[in-house]
Amino acid sequence: MTVTDTPFAGGIVGEARLRKEDPALLTGEAKFIDDLDLPGALWVACVRSPHAHARINSVDTSEALAVAGVVAAYSGEDLADTWVAPLPCAWPVTDDMKNPAHFPVAQGKANYAGDIVAVVVATSRYAAADGLEGVVVDYEPLDAVVSIEDAESDRVVIHEDLGTNVSYEWPLIPDPEGVDAAFEAAEHHITETYVHQRLIPAPMEPRGVAVVPAPHNGDMTLYSSTQIPHVLKVMAALTLGVPEQKLRVIAPSVGGGFGCKLNVYAEEILCMALAQRHGVPVRWTESRTEAAGSTIQGRAQRQTIELAADADGKLTAVRATLLADMGAYLQLVAPGVPLLGAFLYHGLYDVPLYSFTCKSVFTNLTPTDAYRGAGRPEATYAIERGMDALAVAVGVGADEIRSRNFIPTEKFPYDSPAGLVFDSGNYQPALDRAKELIGWDARMAEQAERRAAGSTTHLGLGISTYVEMCGLAPSRVLASLNYGAGGWESATVRILPTCKVQVVTGATPHGQGHETCWSMIVADRLGVDPDDVEVLHSDTAISPLGMDTYGSRSLSVGGTAIWMATEKVVEKAATIAAHMLEANPEDLELTGGVFSVKGSPDAEVPLAGVAFAAFTAHDLPDGVEPNLQAQVTWDPPNFTFPFGAHIAVVEIDEVTGAVDLIDYAACDDCGNQINPMIVEGQVHGGIVQGVAQALWEEAVYDEDGQCRSANLADYLVPSAAECIDMKLDHTVTPSPTNPMGVKGIGEAGTIASTPAVMNAVVDALRPLGVTGMAMPASPMTVRRAIEAAGGGAS
Amino acid sequence: MEVSVTVNGEVRTADVEPRTLLVHFLRDDLGLTGTNIGCDTSSCGACTVLVDGRSAKSCTMLAVQADGADVTTIEGLAGEDGLHPMQEAFHECHALQCGYCTPGMVMAAVSLVDEYSDMDADGVREGLEGNLCRCTGYQNIVKAVLAASE
Repeated sequence: MTVTDTPFAGGIVGEARLRKEDPALLTGEAKFIDDLDLPGALWVACVRSPHAHARINSVDTSEALAVAGVVAAYSGEDLADTWVAPLPCAWPVTDDMKNPAHFPVAQGKANYAGDIVAVVVATSRYAAADGLEGVVVDYEPLDAVVSIEDAESDRVVIHEDLGTNVSYEWPLIPDPEGVDAAFEAAEHHITETYVHQRLIPAPMEPRGVAVVPAPHNGDMTLYSSTQIPHVLKVMAALTLGVPEQKLRVIAPSVGGGFGCKLNVYAEEILCMALAQRHGVPVRWTESRTEAAGSTIQGRAQRQTIELAADADGKLTAVRATLLADMGAYLQLVAPGVPLLGAFLYHGLYDVPLYSFTCKSVFTNLTPTDAYRGAGRPEATYAIERGMDALAVAVGVGADEIRSRNFIPTEKFPYDSPAGLVFDSGNYQPALDRAKELIGWDARMAEQAERRAAGSTTHLGLGISTYVEMCGLAPSRVLASLNYGAGGWESATVRILPTCKVQVVTGATPHGQGHETCWSMIVADRLGVDPDDVEVLHSDTAISPLGMDTYGSRSLSVGGTAIWMATEKVVEKAATIAAHMLEANPEDLELTGGVFSVKGSPDAEVPLAGVAFAAFTAHDLPDGVEPNLQAQVTWDPPNFTFPFGAHIAVVEIDEVTGAVDLIDYAACDDCGNQINPMIVEGQVHGGIVQGVAQALWEEAVYDEDGQCRSANLADYLVPSAAECIDMKLDHTVTPSPTNPMGVKGIGEAGTIASTPAVMNAVVDALRPLGVTGMAMPASPMTVRRAIEAAGGGAS
Repeated sequence: MEVSVTVNGEVRTADVEPRTLLVHFLRDDLGLTGTNIGCDTSSCGACTVLVDGRSAKSCTMLAVQADGADVTTIEGLAGEDGLHPMQEAFHECHALQCGYCTPGMVMAAVSLVDEYSDMDADGVREGLEGNLCRCTGYQNIVKAVLAASE
């Protein structure tokens, strides 16, 4: 580990401190959405189209209404007047982007299997499910568009009023002639095409919604298993016309999100409308199988990457061309997901010329949107797979091709060819350390021995280095990308009369350990016990300002706001302490919870005394308001750019095609760390999620647009039995973008592990003539690749 | 139908529909919401409880099948002197993040350790195959179960 200066002096930040979130979660005391006790609540169940594309000729709810416990049933037509606006897409990436109207309940036509066509309201969850059986819908099935290529051809136009299935085209080509010239002059011109299969995010807690109305005074409380209560409040107010000041949104304990709870969903708006209509609480809990058609999916794009390089393998230009599947409608930030990768298709390599183009299309499949990494795993996959292809062409090792192209450390801050400024980086040590952890030389020797011996159990080594842009995001940059909101975060730090502390944050955790980490940041500065710091979040009545949690932003944006609010409250406390000590505020220092005068060790007053004095307000300096509280809203000047190197080792049985991940090492650099235990946990989980894309997971659709892997029996979320222990280390290259020097770690593992594993798979099979492999690398896919390449043993 | 189940040491009787799942009986009738539901195919194990001392997926049993049985849920695991050693080990080893799979994972682990002594990491991994976690990558869960089994 690299030793660097840290801004933390309290001895608390940097400790592997156990989480304060755990006791409630370990005992069943935590309340997730379905745990809420809401007396008198009605249960909602959704009738979803079984067809991927169909006209709705009629909806007959009469039999449903006869079912015991059913109190109401509605078709899309019945509710048509309820909506003030369609469900929101907040990221119109181009001025001419095509965006079909998307209402919570479809009218006239269903555009994917899962589109809600009617809704049943009943007195219990069982009665609501019974009611579904009684709704009779007359469908006229239409040809379904289930591939991006078919979509692009406009053979069938899904949204007739748009006239095309193409939603938008978005180019980023700063110097088109330069790129063309570089490819013409290139010694090596690599062209590779990869497909990112659709993934089901599958947080262990399905989504759920509950709405409690107060019909007489107009208040409404929306509970949702969401990552974004603050954004949801604004969007829900706009979509339903509920006055925003009357709306309170609460995310209770949220059982994972991974991006799929970063959305505004039909069921949220629908439950609000039904609660308004019935005047009583209304609730809906998603079933796992239902989620395949009710919650967004991830990835789903085809990418072509071209690399131009000189004879030594030094890159001279990178060109990436994407075709992305938006699904049937544009969800909240879906159009922007490819753009989050658009700037990173050259990876962490020093490349002068750059070209990126994305075309996004509609299909008759579940809408897509952000999934852990959102755009950056796709970009990293393309460049890292491409670099291995380049290494083979040049005739050097996968490690060497990367070292030759890394952005040199002295070039930071680095002006990237895509127009970003990479804040800080030091790439070679991370790769060196990952190689050391995995025992690179010994593994290479083992591979050579097996090959020489003609073994049919092949060993493959795969490297992926990565850089990502985190800390979404500078509001002005978001404006330039047409995003509909800013990227700031808000924090309030409040020292109570008894010197206990409240921190109010707009970041919204769902497993990340924010309460533990934010307490550590504040306690480290104030010199109090972290257990005396309470973190309040996820309720817009308590935390009215916020932009929520996604894009590895919570620490670098939200944490920075907390850091700054703490500094501000210390400044005020110092003014009061100076008054009490009859000293100048600038002569005071706060150490271990005590203000003392520099050079006069006897002149001191504890923070507790200052807090109480601020509360009584009996003797405050002129112009100083009572109480110790400060609020800060921080808008970052830049993204942060974490990086690292991951190495996977796989073993492949040539006969069966089975791939075993047998070793994995990672060296990540997320700048200064608040709690290394939590960092490691994020990396562990992230790696496994990315490995799962490489080896196991795929939302499989048939030619009619039916999801064949809709539940956890068919969709292969890995269990402990498929996973292995990972070897982790880190380097520390602080970010200059924020005062704590932090970067973000929530998505790194997922970004790096997919290409590392796939590079290892291809590396293992290269002696058999295999040069590419589709994901997931299932035994069948691997066997077919071996056979296509000329056989191997059978 | 009337069912009578000893839950966390206390006899609980309720009138339920015959089709009521054990997990819904625990959650909706008894208010024991610590046991979670993560799927509808008996795949994820979030709903794992102990039935007569052995782990069982409570979404895969009807409440009436548990009539007369002894059921322990996550709420019944901690004693007067604090957390159960398995809960303590999960805390110490950072074996949970969002915590949604945790009650089921802990109950499955308690049963596993009770059933098999001297387990190694591979044994723990195989033994917990029926419980999915999306956050942790399992490394710290395995560590915790091994620590608690010592």
